[in-house]
Amino acid sequence: MPSVSMTVNGKPVTGDVEARTLLVQFLRENLRLTGTHVGCDTSQCGACVVHIDGIAGKSCTTLALQCEGAKITTIEGLAEVNGPLHPMQEAFREHHGLQCGFCTPGMIMAALDIVRRKGNDLDEHTIRDQLDGNLCRCTGYHNIVKAIQAGAKAMAKGAPAAQAAE
Amino acid sequence: MSATGIGAAVRRKEDFRFITGKGQYTDDVTRPGETRAVFVRSPHAHAKIKSIDVSEAKRMPGVIDVLTGTDLAGDKIGNLICGWMIHSKDGSPMKMSPHPALASGKVNHVGDALAVVIAESVALGKDAAEKVKVDYEELPAVVDPAQAKSGPQIHEVAPKNTIYEWSLGDAKATEAAFAAAKHVTKLDFINNRLAPNAMEPRAALAEYDAGTDQLTLWNTSQNPHVARLVISAFVGIAPEHKLRVIAPDVGGGFGSKIFIYPEEVVCLWASRRVRRPVKWTSERTEAFLTDAHGRDHVTHAELALDANGKILALRAHTIANLGAYMSTFSSSVPTYLYATLLSGQYDIPQIYCEVDAVYTNTVPVDAYRGAGRPEATFVVERLVEVAARELGLEPPELRKRNFVKSFPHQTPVIMAYDAGDYNASLKKAMDLADVRGFAKRKREAARHGKLRGLGYSTYIEACGIAPSQAVGSLGAGVGLWESAEVRVNPTGSVEVLTGSHAHGQGHETTFAQLVSERLGIPFENVSIVHGDTDKVQFGMGTYGSRSGAVGMSAIVKALDKVEAKAKKVAAHMLEAAEGDIEFKDGKFTVAGTDKSAAWGDVALNAYIAHKFSGQELEPGLKETSFYDPTNFTFPAGCHICEIEIDRDTGKTEIVNWTAVDDFGTIINPMIVEGQVHGGIAQGVGQALLEGVVYDKDGQLVTGSLMDYSMPHAHDLPSFKVETTETKAPSNPLGIKGCGEAGAIAAPAAVINAITDAIGTEQLAMPATANAVWSALQRATPRAAA
Repeated sequence: MPSVSMTVNGKPVTGDVEARTLLVQFLRENLRLTGTHVGCDTSQCGACVVHIDGIAGKSCTTLALQCEGAKITTIEGLAEVNGPLHPMQEAFREHHGLQCGFCTPGMIMAALDIVRRKGNDLDEHTIRDQLDGNLCRCTGYHNIVKAIQAGAKAMAKGAPAAQAAE
Repeated sequence: MSATGIGAAVRRKEDFRFITGKGQYTDDVTRPGETRAVFVRSPHAHAKIKSIDVSEAKRMPGVIDVLTGTDLAGDKIGNLICGWMIHSKDGSPMKMSPHPALASGKVNHVGDALAVVIAESVALGKDAAEKVKVDYEELPAVVDPAQAKSGPQIHEVAPKNTIYEWSLGDAKATEAAFAAAKHVTKLDFINNRLAPNAMEPRAALAEYDAGTDQLTLWNTSQNPHVARLVISAFVGIAPEHKLRVIAPDVGGGFGSKIFIYPEEVVCLWASRRVRRPVKWTSERTEAFLTDAHGRDHVTHAELALDANGKILALRAHTIANLGAYMSTFSSSVPTYLYATLLSGQYDIPQIYCEVDAVYTNTVPVDAYRGAGRPEATFVVERLVEVAARELGLEPPELRKRNFVKSFPHQTPVIMAYDAGDYNASLKKAMDLADVRGFAKRKREAARHGKLRGLGYSTYIEACGIAPSQAVGSLGAGVGLWESAEVRVNPTGSVEVLTGSHAHGQGHETTFAQLVSERLGIPFENVSIVHGDTDKVQFGMGTYGSRSGAVGMSAIVKALDKVEAKAKKVAAHMLEAAEGDIEFKDGKFTVAGTDKSAAWGDVALNAYIAHKFSGQELEPGLKETSFYDPTNFTFPAGCHICEIEIDRDTGKTEIVNWTAVDDFGTIINPMIVEGQVHGGIAQGVGQALLEGVVYDKDGQLVTGSLMDYSMPHAHDLPSFKVETTETKAPSNPLGIKGCGEAGAIAAPAAVINAITDAIGTEQLAMPATANAVWSALQRATPRAAA
């Protein structure tokens, strides 16, 4: 079995994987980072979104071996242990941007990528348009949109945890 | 109102773990030595299994065992069942076919499981599953419910594929009312088949402990106790006391995780056979092929009115597709959850409804958010809207003329509405939606080449299901009460064990709000425990918007008992008569004095028991209640949808959505609004985007999220959500329930709006751009008002 090494949430990790092992399987099964979820088999739902070298990617459609040497950030790496929450995490809680919580890690990781690409002053139309790769069945998106808008603004204020693990 | 009490928009306790990736869903749980189950599923809709050869599969690397339906039958594992008896008009019982967890002899839908590979990993299991050789003899299939009676017979027990032919109401009196009518509105409906698509796919992890002969199942369940009961008493996997079912964090349910499915049965059975834990996690395509679908009705309905627009009668005939097997509660959905709501918010003297339930070679159909009530609302609200158009009346005016205005109101279809103010929600919604300004907006849209329409849905639902005696008399195999145990710890903190189950609803927050307010203790000092049959006394679970009205009422009853006991303890501590003890804001006081004891001191004294003898008062402070409601609750409201259609493409855009709902007492308005948002999104999904499609041979065409159109953020607007309030008189809190309202109200509002814009009623759901464009080619749009 080939070996793969990468940095996940700031820590170097190495593991033996089958060539067909997906990044999400490596994260969930080898590293037991179960915050990243799998909600579909066709890259539609976005529950698996993580950051690969700072850019949002679907870990269900990425082979673990493709990530050799990459820096991966998962939902578990957004806030430091016992540190404050990332402003985007805080915004999801404050604005009730989640119900069952299953799509939430992917939503938050995708939201951060929207901020990276579109800036901190996001209008509703932009957010809805940019969430094309993420599905939620619970919230009707209303509060997710509000949360992302507020989270993006809060990030502009430079909350200390904002780029903690990026 | 305190900052964390009833009515406060308290931020949720459960969110921290979800936003930090620390939730524990079933697939996140692992056990030492865990194996993975991969199912071999039928590629045919209907076929005889001539033979299965597992020999090559068994030799594949990493394979522990390969099991078939023959092995299952050999171990005397019983069938899955439908737990609600419906009798046909002729008195005969419904025709329930055998439903083994692994098919043997015959498969009845694409995705029907007939073997399972137990392997060291999913990948190795899949490799081996491909080596299972099945020799099928294909049989002709039937998929269209309207053709089911004349199609090839699927089950021996059900000639003409008919499960039951049921009716409700007075046929003769209804016919007489129609004969006397001045106007009759007639419509044909297809209530499109939906896939629930909770974002967390179903999963099961079973572990057998040979030392204690104990089985444990982690399962994506909305009702773990019911799962345990069915798997024990009917499927016969293990005695109830030897089976523990844990439903940890569950990522959405919407009904689809109520039911007992083959996969959890197989994991349990296999784990005992191979003596290792067995896990199965559904893939999305597998979910489309196995999760119970929703809706799928073919209906003809008519509304009779007099010269003044007063409704005289309603009649409907519905064919309900229940799929290839009868799922756990499938029989109740198109009967007692559907026909009983055909009175809507209206005073309708006569109603008669016939329902034929049929088997087809499709995935089983059962309750999906709203379950029967969206189908009823769609029939009633489309009929009323079209009747108004035909009579030249404004749709709200026709509604107002027929609203139920005094309570209680006995409908001709069982339900007795106990409280509501339908005019109030309609008026408030019309004001919020600025209906007065609509004509101007429509003209403005027309100038930009857009068609604009406005649609109403004044819906009602029966929730808080339900009084056990009532549902028992209608055929339910279970009681629908709920349980609660309130455990006060010696330090005064409180654990509530509830039979309700949260899978997104936020019970850990709202239930704690109730306890915090009632006992006057900090919200942080209350924990809600649910979803584990080893911890929680028997409970019925969460569906039918019942956790507030029934589940919280059980907590109230248990809290009553806790308070009564605590007063006894306080009386001993304060050396006063029990009748003189008052309890307020977390403090016990001797009436008319300044002698008092704090909550924490009383809790401690209940356990140390130094101030009273065990003969006069039992130590401890823990009480249980099983609460059975006295009636259904009747949430109701008005949703107004405003849309714009691009004439060239037929694409519909929802430009305004206004919802005014009466849910009775609201514990947490933030959570209630979230429930409404999500419900509307699912209802809009049904109206505009979603539809399960089978081809004529029974192949599932919409088998992935690439093919099945789930609503995205850009398909939906932000919603205006408000409430009115009449308390539900049937439970101590006055709660009516809010979980399903949006999904019930929305489809009719959307289709009423589109048909308003395009000038034809001939429009089926989902009203995709193609469907609307095609309808437009047949129609002459109504002139701009």
